[in-house]
Amino acid sequence: MSDTTDTGPMRAADGTPLKKSLARALRRQKLRALALIAPLLFFVLVTFVVPIADMLFRSVENQIVSDTLPHTVRLLSSWDSSTGEAPDEPVYAALAVDFQAAAEEKNHTKLGTRLNYENPGLSSMFRKTGRGADDIGKASAKRLTELDPAWKDGATWAALLGSDDWLANMAEWSKDDGRQPRFSARAEATSALPLTSDVYTAFARVVRTEDKKSAVETKPWPVLYTALEQDLATASPEALAAVGGPSAGLLQAAGAAVPGFEPISYKQAFVDMDKGWGEVDSWQTIQSYAARYTPGYFLNAVDLEKSPDGIQQRPEQQQIYLMLFWRTIWMSMLITFCCLLLGYPVAWILANLRASTANVLMILVLLPFWTSLLVRTSAWKVMLQQQGVINDILVWLGLVDDASRLVLINNQFGTIVAMTHILLPFMILPLYSVMKTIPPSYLRAAKSLGATNWTAFWRVYFPQSVPGIGAGSILCYILAIGYYITPELVGGTQGVFISNRIAFHISSSLNWGLAAALGTILLGAVLLLYYVYDKIVGIDNVKLG
Amino acid sequence: MSIGHPEIPKPSLTGFTVPLMAVAGLLLGYVVGTAKGQPLLGLIAGAAVAAALGFVLASFVPDRRVGRLGTAVVAAIAGFVMAGVSGAVVGVIIGLIVSWFAYWLSTGDYRSTVPVYATAGDVLWHNTFKLICGLIFFFLIAPIVVVLPLSFNAQDFFTFTPEMLAFDPEGYSLKHYRDFFNNPDWTRPLKNSFIIAPLATIISVSLGTLAAIGLSQSHVPGRRAIMAILISPMIVPLIISATGMFFFYSKLGNWMEGNLGLSQDFIGYVKVVLAHAVLGIPFVIITVTATLVGFDRSLTRAAANMGAGPVRTFFKVQMPLILPGVISGGLFAFITSFDEVVVVLFVGSASQKTLPWQMFTGLREQISPTILAVATVLVTFSIILLTTVELLRRRSERLRGMSPT
Repeated sequence: MSDTTDTGPMRAADGTPLKKSLARALRRQKLRALALIAPLLFFVLVTFVVPIADMLFRSVENQIVSDTLPHTVRLLSSWDSSTGEAPDEPVYAALAVDFQAAAEEKNHTKLGTRLNYENPGLSSMFRKTGRGADDIGKASAKRLTELDPAWKDGATWAALLGSDDWLANMAEWSKDDGRQPRFSARAEATSALPLTSDVYTAFARVVRTEDKKSAVETKPWPVLYTALEQDLATASPEALAAVGGPSAGLLQAAGAAVPGFEPISYKQAFVDMDKGWGEVDSWQTIQSYAARYTPGYFLNAVDLEKSPDGIQQRPEQQQIYLMLFWRTIWMSMLITFCCLLLGYPVAWILANLRASTANVLMILVLLPFWTSLLVRTSAWKVMLQQQGVINDILVWLGLVDDASRLVLINNQFGTIVAMTHILLPFMILPLYSVMKTIPPSYLRAAKSLGATNWTAFWRVYFPQSVPGIGAGSILCYILAIGYYITPELVGGTQGVFISNRIAFHISSSLNWGLAAALGTILLGAVLLLYYVYDKIVGIDNVKLG
Repeated sequence: MSIGHPEIPKPSLTGFTVPLMAVAGLLLGYVVGTAKGQPLLGLIAGAAVAAALGFVLASFVPDRRVGRLGTAVVAAIAGFVMAGVSGAVVGVIIGLIVSWFAYWLSTGDYRSTVPVYATAGDVLWHNTFKLICGLIFFFLIAPIVVVLPLSFNAQDFFTFTPEMLAFDPEGYSLKHYRDFFNNPDWTRPLKNSFIIAPLATIISVSLGTLAAIGLSQSHVPGRRAIMAILISPMIVPLIISATGMFFFYSKLGNWMEGNLGLSQDFIGYVKVVLAHAVLGIPFVIITVTATLVGFDRSLTRAAANMGAGPVRTFFKVQMPLILPGVISGGLFAFITSFDEVVVVLFVGSASQKTLPWQMFTGLREQISPTILAVATVLVTFSIILLTTVELLRRRSERLRGMSPT
């Protein structure tokens, strides 16, 4: 507009340089786009990506052993299992404390179940021991209360191990006030009596959160006596003297008396409860799985196990996962191939018929696609049963004897037929969309140049349809290897996939770590295939219907 | 139909039509004969009757309609004499097929879809190919079609009873439907499905549409990565999603119960709705993005030019145009949730049992024919949905065709 010869930068209406103004507009546009996407992105991250990440984490996570038996695990790390001897007394002493504390919180059964996956039999050993573990503590309790009946009292323990602040808070607290003050330990007591302090902290937590009672008034766990006896046996008199508070005198008296007690053989006590505690085997398992993170689930998922001699194959009768993975892979391939075999002619005829006829026939493809998966699965169940429609027709036609009806279901055949039917639309639709773009004149040109039908198809048409084959096959394959419902319903025992095993471990055997590891392996396979799919087709080109 | 084939040479009657009719009769006669226990008689009689029929129709009855009707009536009477009402029905079907076949052969129709220069081999292959495709279509549709009549079975069987085959009204009943609509084992899951699916759909459609609009802007940093994350619920196999959600959602549920003091029942619904919503999101994103690809951006600029704010522009200009895409995305999300069983099995508890879950247990444990009634209802439902999506797609194409590009 202006006819002045302005040599400065171009300016927008408000006088800012145009470049800057444009950059600002662009930035605003980007921010607006991101603001529109952000809620959904957040939603998907929280409700989907985090759960998947949680599953990945769970497949290596193994904190239960070191959380449940912290002291034992620490001492056990220096034990050499190749000597063929069970660990020494100190390990059992630590176990006596850890195990009783775990039993009070009912954690010992969980740990038993966990270790049972690696060494069958440990679950029952843990359960059995859990029932008798208190006796160890009760023996100590008897000796200490004989020394001074004050040890029976919850208040004595609270005064010994709780900090002055906590004691003061607890004195003011009453049941109607709601939340109890959080426990804090007395610093000198923690350094003089480390085990006892640890156990008492757990005791105070359980009493506060689960029993909702005052720790001061609650009868102490027997394990506290075991821990105190062990602490007193090793503590120096100076450290004991440093512990102040109302129970200081009691502690010193006990500290003087305990070295004179007849030592308890914790090892003997545990072996008496269950012979397994004296065996190297059980301890090896605990030692192998003591780390906070373990490859154990993954090893298990590929039929291996961790042993003192390194990683080795599981016993023959426990090897199922490699076979299942293998079956999942080859059956999915077979299903994909069947889909291709059936889908190719159909896609061809749909792409080459007049539009009106093709649209009508397309309904026959889309109707199964839209029909509930369970409806189609139940339809196949109805069709393939021994008393089902197909067998009835065969018998009616006299092709099959009534007494020897065909077994079409609850085997691999059932899975293959039903899944081919279910996945066929996923093959036809991509094939169709590719074939639609191949001009029919190419085939005619090839034939007019003297090609036979077969040559014209194989050298001219087929190569152009390969992208459709690739897209459809990968899509079918990806869907097939993760299928659960159909194999579960029509596959019997021979026609199930790895996904059925995952479901089994989640809902029946409760071996969640193994389920997570199997799921992670399957997820890796699927993501790899999707990467290939993205390279061939492009993830943005996914179309529906 | 026969453009480009002005004259189809009439095939020879005795050398082509009659022998082929005899072969067809041979097969049909064998089938009927075995069913009646006399395969050999059926074989011979079938061949003779069919050959004669072919000859008569080709030589003396040039009017197709009269010929086909006549054959059907004669076959129906024959069938009725042999096996009552069901025989008559089968007779009509066989009569129609055989007479169609006779005309197809004798008038040379079988060549009408191949070029006139095609050799006999070409024609044979072409028709065989069509037959194969027909069989594949049959494979696709048969299981769904078989379920429909079986759902009216008066017995608790999963196959056709003799009464049903004889078209005896006694053999049919609505009792499975009554069971479906009255038995709380089925009505409660139905209600749950209709609570969970719409809620999940609302969440995924509202969030998904916004995000799709954001994604369709011209400058989005990291578009591919964002797209990959948003599509991931569709990519990851359901069993893996279910496993991940099983672990995480139970923690989430415990947290909600402990810190927000919500009832377990309510939390169960929240968990299932959230899980289903996230599974439906990729479908909404894909369909809405596809609609937005063809969206003419100058329309929003024109609206802004005339003084409309962004919100008004969105609801008055953009929304009506992308609505078909949004609705079909919503239908996909709805059907995903309505049809989903793996995740709800893992995440939900018994009080959130949905219809597919009940069907799954029904199929696995106490297989009850009510499932077939449910299946029929669901097939009807999916036909309605399919029609809606198709109509919407056409409407969207029309709307987009109208806007200048």
